[in-house]
Amino acid sequence: MDETDISFFKDGLRLDGRKADQLRPVKIEVGVLARADGSCYIEMGGNKVIAAVYGPREVHPRHLQEATRAIVRYRYNMASFSVEDRKRPGPDRRSQELSKVSREALEPVILTSFFPRSVIDVFVEVLQADAGTRTAGINAAAVALADAGIPMKSMISSCAAGKVADTIILDPMKEEDNFGQADLPIAMTPNGDITLLQMDGGLTPDEFQRAVEMAMKGARDIYELQRDALVKKYSQMVEQPGREEVHVCD
Amino acid sequence: MSVTNVISEIKKDFIYNLLLKGERIDGRTFDQYREISIQRDVIRKAEGSALVKLGSSQVLVGVKMQPGEPFQDTPNKGVIITNAELVPLASPSFEPGPPNEMGIELARLVDRGVRESKAVDLEALCIIPGKQVWIIFIDVHILDDCGNILDAASLGAIAALMSTKVPAARFGLGEDYILPIRDIPIATTAIEFNDVLMFDPGVDEEAIANTRLTIISTMNGNICGSQKSGTGMLKPEQVYRIIDIACEKAKEIREKFLEA
Repeated sequence: MDETDISFFKDGLRLDGRKADQLRPVKIEVGVLARADGSCYIEMGGNKVIAAVYGPREVHPRHLQEATRAIVRYRYNMASFSVEDRKRPGPDRRSQELSKVSREALEPVILTSFFPRSVIDVFVEVLQADAGTRTAGINAAAVALADAGIPMKSMISSCAAGKVADTIILDPMKEEDNFGQADLPIAMTPNGDITLLQMDGGLTPDEFQRAVEMAMKGARDIYELQRDALVKKYSQMVEQPGREEVHVCD
Repeated sequence: MSVTNVISEIKKDFIYNLLLKGERIDGRTFDQYREISIQRDVIRKAEGSALVKLGSSQVLVGVKMQPGEPFQDTPNKGVIITNAELVPLASPSFEPGPPNEMGIELARLVDRGVRESKAVDLEALCIIPGKQVWIIFIDVHILDDCGNILDAASLGAIAALMSTKVPAARFGLGEDYILPIRDIPIATTAIEFNDVLMFDPGVDEEAIANTRLTIISTMNGNICGSQKSGTGMLKPEQVYRIIDIACEKAKEIREKFLEA
């Protein structure tokens, strides 16, 4: 179980052939669910995550509503088959913490004051997990929010950095996360305002700073992909008017 | 911590105006902690315990140990289970019932400090590989929430662990012995408001700020955990500034209260 049991680099490249500061392949699709107001499917390496946004809509139970703004709810949920050993379905302490920090990663940019007494629900389902599910979930959720037409001050993009074999790396995959020395996920606006920052493992203050900088670079690259995916969907709508405007569930 | 606490606009303005003058409501400097006191072994029935006072905030941490089964993927390691009770006697905004996400986050951050700093040698807690290991229950009881209960709880957890005696005799496993502790993780929390960073926020200061960053540092000055919380944003420079001060504060606290 020790970090020394596994060799993370071969000829300067990582187990999957990536360079230290390289992201895994990312695929983003917008508007993949017919019933949701906004949705997004994302693949980041081996992660497959789907996000749906409902709202602004009426709050149930009603006592949760706020007179001056919309509340935001975020539910991070892992499918039982998404991991090697079957996960017991339903919320556990980890998923509740992730739901909290993910909500707080998105809330700073959502213009909640536009929708008093309502709720914006964000549902994130992890279908397949391979380290970095919270970052994938936040990326998908941010795109789904935009797809739902929720007014936002900016996009949110999320990425993690890690440390293996005393090297700071971008976007750790499962092996690097499990046997590595540190994991540091962040989320931020394209301007570099950090809305999520977590860390566990061991880093010197200097390494911490380098990891933050690397993760921010990754998040910036992801931002471009999020924007491209949104532009792609909505430019198709312009080219083929009517096709996407009416949701047809068939 | 108490995001649900409501304070009057007039008080909010008061705190804000003081802050513009570079002052805090209780006269502290921005990086100054309230008075800390740690009493160990306050609960004789527990294997280890500590009552931490951070200003008026009070947190009691109890450690219980018992033999049990290891996790399948770590057959040779002991188990740490951390729980936090935000009991309703501690604050008007706490309610009875199962832990809410605030309580869960608190427990998981306390756990993160102990676990990631490798303060407890889990392999030394193996009794029969794959069959029987020691299970450490760290239970955090918040008694009075006057702000920054997270730092107080983390401090209580490590102090309680440092006073823990493994109850081997009670389970017929030889003589009791002191639980060996290899590191002393310290959590330090700052809030950000209007580009001012305030350490060890009091309950009213927590109510005005919506961004909080906790840094957990170890004895060699490294960082073993961190968490941003709240619905605000932080600039990278603010993060680095908090880290600098946090590591220094942690060192002071550690030397003064735990290494004596």
